[in-house]
Amino acid sequence: MPIIYIYNLLLAYVINMEGIMRIAIPVDDGNVCVSFGRTPYFMLYDTENNESSFINNSAANSQGGAGIKAAQIIVDNNADVLITPRCGQNAAEVLIAANVKIYKALNNSIEENLNGFKNDKLNILTELHSGFHGDRGR
Amino acid sequence: MKQLLILSGKGGTGKTTVAGAFIKLSNVNAYADCDIDAPNLHLIMQQKSKPENSDYYGLDKAVIDKDKCIECNLCYENCRFDAIKNDDGYKVNIFDCEGCGVCKAVCPASAITLMPYKAGDMILFRGYQVFSTAELKMGSGNSGMLVTEVKKNMKLASKEEFAIIDGSPGIGCPVIASISGVTMVLIVAEPSLSGISDMKRIIETANKFNTKLAVCVNKYDTNIENNEKIKQFCQNEKIDFVGQIPFDKKAVEAVNNGLTM
Amino acid sequence: MVTGEDKMKIAVLSGKGGTGKTFVSVNLTFVAENSNYIDCDVEEPNGHLYFKPEILKREKIYEKIPQIDKERCKGCRKCVEFCKFNALAHIKDNILVFEEICHSCGGCMLLCPEKAISEKDKEIGEIQEGVFNNSNIYTGSLNPGEETGVSIIKRLLMKANNKPYTFIDCPPGSSCSVMESIKDVDYCILVAEPTLFGVHNFNMVYDLVKLFDKPFGAVLNKCLDGENPAEDFCNKKNIKILCKIPFEHQLGKLNSNAEIASEKNEKYKNLFSSLLKTIKGEFE
Repeated sequence: MPIIYIYNLLLAYVINMEGIMRIAIPVDDGNVCVSFGRTPYFMLYDTENNESSFINNSAANSQGGAGIKAAQIIVDNNADVLITPRCGQNAAEVLIAANVKIYKALNNSIEENLNGFKNDKLNILTELHSGFHGDRGR
Repeated sequence: MKQLLILSGKGGTGKTTVAGAFIKLSNVNAYADCDIDAPNLHLIMQQKSKPENSDYYGLDKAVIDKDKCIECNLCYENCRFDAIKNDDGYKVNIFDCEGCGVCKAVCPASAITLMPYKAGDMILFRGYQVFSTAELKMGSGNSGMLVTEVKKNMKLASKEEFAIIDGSPGIGCPVIASISGVTMVLIVAEPSLSGISDMKRIIETANKFNTKLAVCVNKYDTNIENNEKIKQFCQNEKIDFVGQIPFDKKAVEAVNNGLTM
Repeated sequence: MVTGEDKMKIAVLSGKGGTGKTFVSVNLTFVAENSNYIDCDVEEPNGHLYFKPEILKREKIYEKIPQIDKERCKGCRKCVEFCKFNALAHIKDNILVFEEICHSCGGCMLLCPEKAISEKDKEIGEIQEGVFNNSNIYTGSLNPGEETGVSIIKRLLMKANNKPYTFIDCPPGSSCSVMESIKDVDYCILVAEPTLFGVHNFNMVYDLVKLFDKPFGAVLNKCLDGENPAEDFCNKKNIKILCKIPFEHQLGKLNSNAEIASEKNEKYKNLFSSLLKTIKGEFE
């Protein structure tokens, strides 16, 4: 929805890019994972001390609403920024409510995306897909 | 892995027939049937090897322990889905149960547990060719996730660079799940009014993913006028119109004999 | 034993889409006269296109969705943790509710220790009641974007009132919506088309009606000369074939113009009258 895109863009311009950031990236097998909600792990990268940690994504096995639960996990782990190839509208709603900025991943290399972020090369994610939520009737 | 996904929007346009033909013609060694509510591809792809089956679990379902049940009726009163009945003891109807956990939460006797429920079978043929599919059990929801698992299974089992996926009709969850991550979507349309309307809706859905799109028309000669409408639409929307297939009774014969075109 | 005075509820289903469910149920309703026609395919209701009924009543259908009282909420997250569908999220002292994901189970409301959750109605669809000659036409429709029409189907089926026949046009497939549609019927008509794909999906509804222990019979539609895998299947499984409808261009034409074949053509009127008689015979 348009309002979410605009809000996400505003956040990006308002918050100071030089500040300390915790960056979350969905990872799978050493690469950036194609899915946000069902990625097996998130990498959390701290720009202050250049350290990364990994957290399990317990949302991956959810029947529905995986994106929402994954977003809750990111927020609870104090991420400031999410770099992902895709994100759903529902997950985005959660992230934006928590002031997490969402960037579009360049490719599937974790390193290139982190460098891209540091060098201001990444774009805000504007394409948010509708939910895949598990269906009940069909 | 480059993946070609074949979709239709409307059911009955010939998706599986076209997918089967392409798989045979391209000699591709990895393919999948993501129409898990009604998988049909295996009927025309003669598989020689035995498949590996694995269970797919959906939402848990509630189970009442008769021995612990004190028949207070609280579960029945609080179940919003009419899934609990007192029929010689309190029982949960598996098909109506949505796994919400309310009955378990209100039961004063801890007589209710949520148990894993097998919602379908994942089927993987692994021979010279890799063929991944699944079948959803009756009444199960959650087809989106199972579709993702079918594609994952195919990718894990095969080092091939190119694969063809037979998708499902509609524009709902299983279709969206199948589109994610593919290189190109081919839409098989039919030249009828409902066919055109459904084709537009599936194009709208696929466009949200920035995948390459192409359209072909099956049974095109059943309505030449509508076929031209589709061509015009594709031209206006800058979508590749890659071909038109005539209606042929031989297609039905081939399918009924378990063969591709 | 069902006598002539009883009311018969007959469901028409098929595994595969496009086999002719609506075609059969609409025409049976027409020849039976003084019947109920209930369109349970709430995602794509089509029967009304044929009847063009005079609409007498519209009823909106609602689902209950939680709403959170911010003042009372202490952020304990019991609701978020309980929700099996992940429809709730807790961000900065706010509970976000994702309406399309919510299954309306009422669990969060029950569990909230602060009684901060109440429920509001969300419209998910509509039921239209109309008449065609002396038959009642009930059409259910689900609003696009909504997940499931099961609650609409439940309401629709309560309308099966005092007419000798009620014909229920089911959704395709064998999902929860179909199960809900056939729950209380007296008889099931399985419609099949003569292709291998059709048979494969026919098998699914065959399993379903057996599971629900419903008496049933098959109608073979779009029959061509030559091999008919659906017929072979019925013979193999000893399924009674109630009627064979040939594939005919004029039928296709009538259908694509949403015309009731039995109304426009004596031949089809006779075919369906005969089918109705056969079905009646199943109960004697």
